[in-house]
Amino acid sequence: MVLEVPGVSACPSATQPPGKRSSGVPGPGVRLLKTASPAFPSHHFPPLQDIRNTVGNIPMEWYQDFPHIGYNLDGKKIYKPIRNKDELDMFLEKMENPDYWRTVQDKMTGADIKLTDEQVDLVHRLQKGQFGDVHFDPYEPAVDFFTHEVMIHPVTNRPADKRSFIPSLIEKEKVSKLVHAIKMGWIKPRKPKDDTPTYYDLWAHEDPNSILGRHKMHVPAPKMKLPGHEESYNPPPEYLLSEEECLPTNARFIHERFERCLDLYLCPRQRKMRVNVDPEDLIPKLPKPRDLQPFPTTQALVYRGHTSLVRCLSVSPSGQWLVSGSDDCMVRFWEVCTARCMKTLPVGGVVKSVAWNPNPTICLVAICVEQSVLLVNPCLGDKLLYGATDQLLESYVAPEEERVQPVQWVTATMEEHSKGVRLVVQHSKAVKQVTWHGKGDYFASVVSDNSNMQVLIHQTSKRWSQNPFRKSKGLVQCVLFHPIRPYFFVATQRYVRVYNLLKQELTKKLMTNCKWVSSMAIHPGGDNIICGSYDSKLAWFDLDLSTRPYQLLRHHKKALRSVAFHKHYPLFASGSDDGTVIVCHGMVYNDLLQNPLLVPVKVLKGHVLTLDLGVLDVLFHPTQPWVFSSGADGTVRLYT
Amino acid sequence: MGGLEKKKYERGSATNYITRNRARKKLQLSLPDFRRLCILKGIYPHEPKHKKKVNKGSTAARTFYLLKDIKFLLHEPIVNKFREYKVFVRKLRKAYGKSEWSTVDRLKDNKPSYKLDHIVKERYPTFVDALRDLDDALSMCFLFSTFPRSGKCHVQTIQLCRRLAVEFLNYVIASRSLRKVFLSIKGIYYQAEVLGQPVTWITPYAFAHDHPTDVDYRVMATFTEFYTTLLGFVNFRLYQSLNLLYPPKIDGQADVELKPAEGKEYAMDSESYLEKLSALSASLARAVAPTHEDEVEMDEFPVEGETAEQLDARKKEQEALEKHKKLFEGLRFFLNREVPREPLAFIIRCFGGQVSWDKSLCIGATYDVSDPSITHQIVDRPRVERQVVGRYYLQPQWVFDSVNAKLCLPVADYFPGVLLPPHLSPFVTEQEGDYVPPEKLKLLAMQRGENPDEESEEEEEEEEEEEEDDNDKEEEEEEDESEKEEEMKLKKLEEQKTQSSKALPVKVTAGKVRLEDKQRLEQEQQSEEKRLAIMMMKKREKYLYKKIMFGKKRKVREANKLAAKRKAHDTAVKEEKKKSKKARRA
Repeated sequence: MVLEVPGVSACPSATQPPGKRSSGVPGPGVRLLKTASPAFPSHHFPPLQDIRNTVGNIPMEWYQDFPHIGYNLDGKKIYKPIRNKDELDMFLEKMENPDYWRTVQDKMTGADIKLTDEQVDLVHRLQKGQFGDVHFDPYEPAVDFFTHEVMIHPVTNRPADKRSFIPSLIEKEKVSKLVHAIKMGWIKPRKPKDDTPTYYDLWAHEDPNSILGRHKMHVPAPKMKLPGHEESYNPPPEYLLSEEECLPTNARFIHERFERCLDLYLCPRQRKMRVNVDPEDLIPKLPKPRDLQPFPTTQALVYRGHTSLVRCLSVSPSGQWLVSGSDDCMVRFWEVCTARCMKTLPVGGVVKSVAWNPNPTICLVAICVEQSVLLVNPCLGDKLLYGATDQLLESYVAPEEERVQPVQWVTATMEEHSKGVRLVVQHSKAVKQVTWHGKGDYFASVVSDNSNMQVLIHQTSKRWSQNPFRKSKGLVQCVLFHPIRPYFFVATQRYVRVYNLLKQELTKKLMTNCKWVSSMAIHPGGDNIICGSYDSKLAWFDLDLSTRPYQLLRHHKKALRSVAFHKHYPLFASGSDDGTVIVCHGMVYNDLLQNPLLVPVKVLKGHVLTLDLGVLDVLFHPTQPWVFSSGADGTVRLYT
Repeated sequence: MGGLEKKKYERGSATNYITRNRARKKLQLSLPDFRRLCILKGIYPHEPKHKKKVNKGSTAARTFYLLKDIKFLLHEPIVNKFREYKVFVRKLRKAYGKSEWSTVDRLKDNKPSYKLDHIVKERYPTFVDALRDLDDALSMCFLFSTFPRSGKCHVQTIQLCRRLAVEFLNYVIASRSLRKVFLSIKGIYYQAEVLGQPVTWITPYAFAHDHPTDVDYRVMATFTEFYTTLLGFVNFRLYQSLNLLYPPKIDGQADVELKPAEGKEYAMDSESYLEKLSALSASLARAVAPTHEDEVEMDEFPVEGETAEQLDARKKEQEALEKHKKLFEGLRFFLNREVPREPLAFIIRCFGGQVSWDKSLCIGATYDVSDPSITHQIVDRPRVERQVVGRYYLQPQWVFDSVNAKLCLPVADYFPGVLLPPHLSPFVTEQEGDYVPPEKLKLLAMQRGENPDEESEEEEEEEEEEEEDDNDKEEEEEEDESEKEEEMKLKKLEEQKTQSSKALPVKVTAGKVRLEDKQRLEQEQQSEEKRLAIMMMKKREKYLYKKIMFGKKRKVREANKLAAKRKAHDTAVKEEKKKSKKARRA
């Protein structure tokens, strides 16, 4: 039989409520216990002894290892009853004791308690779910305290209050407050529920007139880029990336969407016009070079002999002879057609410039060597011709009174004379360039100086020189005589000044748009000039048109060293440090309304780059469409 | 001097733009509210041409809006709603602080809310406009529908996104408008053609997101708010265009089938409805029952100026499209539980196939594994035990590749455990000069109706043979050369004869005749002409020309790089094969 019914196992009292059962505080249950205690048969304690435990409602396992089980009211230990029964004894007792079934153990004291008949009854009743009290009758007849019949007389005789007849002031106050709040708009009536469906056919009436004007200006956001093969989860092997490259993956998904959102509302939008041009259309349509022949196309001859840079070239007016000056202090005379070196003239200095007298009746070459200009009769060609030249030079009669000259004219010594040198014009400083006037009597020389003495004009027949300029206008790069008119061109670093020698005044100042002019050449017609510059530009001037270049050609990759015009053919050439000579077709029309036609026709290569220098001088043959070029590799080349 | 002095920055572009801060002050909105307004109304900043002028001489970095845009925002009713909401929050906080619960209730009843319908209509005046801008909306909805319901954003938003996404998928199935699919490393790209507009969206893979902390979810939520509205209206219209009921209802018969047979309630009705819908296995109910008479053959209206060829080409294209739509018609698929169910079910249904899965996996399974009529079973395991005869066991990539190839690819490459062929992007259309991977070439050949497999195999065999025969060929070539030389000699002799017939007394030493390739010469000449012409170009044009040519060259370089990489890979694979072969032989 199970005896774990609450209220029974702990305390014998039946009426004690279970919650108060083990409070350990004297209460109603205690009194009951007292009265009941004489009835309990007890083996160990005298019947009148109060053996209540005072430990309270605690788990009794805590006292498991102690000999006592708690403390009584006097603070004395309550000792556990001696239990020396083993299993066998227990069994025997179970078998033999007739009251075994009604014996329970008091957990608080550890004593065995035999339940009385009443207590057993109580247990039975509770198990059946009946009331604990035997005498309680749950089915007593009900007594109406208040009759259901309406009485004609009031229960109390008290007259009704006044307030039950008049409206409530408090309520009035409350209502008026609400009314006021409603009036003032503080309280709003509950909004009627919006019963339109959330989604409907929004575009049922597409009215083209209702489209806002600003919608036309709207720039729709560009769509996201669609993925290529490389973003495949299983890409072809060539798209597999090495370890250092990496693509955004699934982990960045939210980031990517977020960035897209930011782009949509933060990025300024702009319509960009994409240039959709066929690159072939950009190339200008030019006449074919084949139609512009003749022009030099191939390298025909190489004139070898010099051992250092060949700085300058000049060709005789007949076109038979070529003279070249080099850094190895030699001047060589060549026959053009055979490339044979006819003559070598050691001059004892670096040759900066050579110029053949353009007059076909005079055989004279001007050579710049250091501080002097040598006038050399090469004694080539017709014996009569060079004999006449010598005679011309010797026919000079010195004037009576010596004029003060900026230079010294010295007749060559015998030794020099035998080599061909006839006259030496000694300058005070190093001479850079020498150039003849078309008639062949005057020549101009450029001195590398910073004063007004930079340019000197000499007359061979009278052997006297003059300084045309009173003031220095900058570092003079080169000078040039006009082929027909009495003009004189002086190129400084950035400008070309045109002087009228007769009127002795400045006619024009040409802006080259270059940083540093290196060379200059004039069209035989006399109306066009080309200027080469060290910033790899070639400027074509039309003197009638403007003082600014008609065209700037940027054909070369490096600095231009020299430019040249052909005497008869519409050709011009430029030589540059990149080792190429570019020949261009430069047609000038007599009609003033038609602009010159410039077409590059050939890039001539041949010179080897030495010391970062390529072509140093270019020169056209006077009659044939041939071009000579001298290079830093010590050769002169002829292209035909 | 008469007149007033002209002041700077009082006219011209300076008056057309307004900085963000000034715009905000003008609208009397806080920065978050201004941001929300800009997002909802689709207002974006503008980059002035002369920033310094607009910035009144300062070069500080500022965002500029068009003044007109901001003035346009001034009339927006939503701006007032924003202010009302601010007041509402303040009142509510006060009421909570005073513990006036009745006031709280009352306030909550009157919570201000706004609708975005008019903004959608205003931003997209025509339906086609809305369709064109659907990409971002779809991608965002699909992303939000995968979020966990953990407080990153409102649960209602997530549910709404899921609903709209599922509705859209169902529309795509019903209209069979899916065209391309691509499994990228980021997610799955889909492209559908909705009423002639290509709509592309990306869905994330079904992994858990690791939510980044440096992302402002409020911005994304605002975008989603607008996008859900847009997508809802678009869905409504799309469903209407197909005569489908909206909100979608599952077809009556299918509904009965879908009911769990055991009579157990699956879940709450409202929940199971969305579940059933998202199973994507049942067709939708139509407002008007479809009749076959409806499918009228389209009359042909030849467009003026269209030649017969063009007409033919268009007709052919139409036919191909129809065929593509019915790619999986008549096929019955079964998805194993390890493969991603939703994308596969969606794709297969889009192309007319029938699909089912394990009953325990998801609601909506229509047939069992043991069904003998199953033709394809999608498996993603290295090996399948207990194979059933009469069906192909395939890896999932087969479905995606077939859709992109517009034909059912040969199944042999996709058997379980087989190394898969590369998955190519269908969005790449190679122009001339671009690199085309060999797999794509193969595919193109297959689409043209050739059978490249055999050819390539033959080629390989031939190659092997070639290697062996190389020596023989070289000998042959040598013979050819010797023949040529003989011819040359003969020619020379003839020339000599002609020269000698002139009977000059000079002895001519036999010179070598330089054979000039005329074509090459001409080519060289042309290229030189071109070079010379380029020299004469104007500076600006030259710059443009060089830029274009640089771009072209870079493209070629990239293509070459890819080709070289591929070649190296192929040779490596071949060598490995040979080695393994040798090892096997040994």
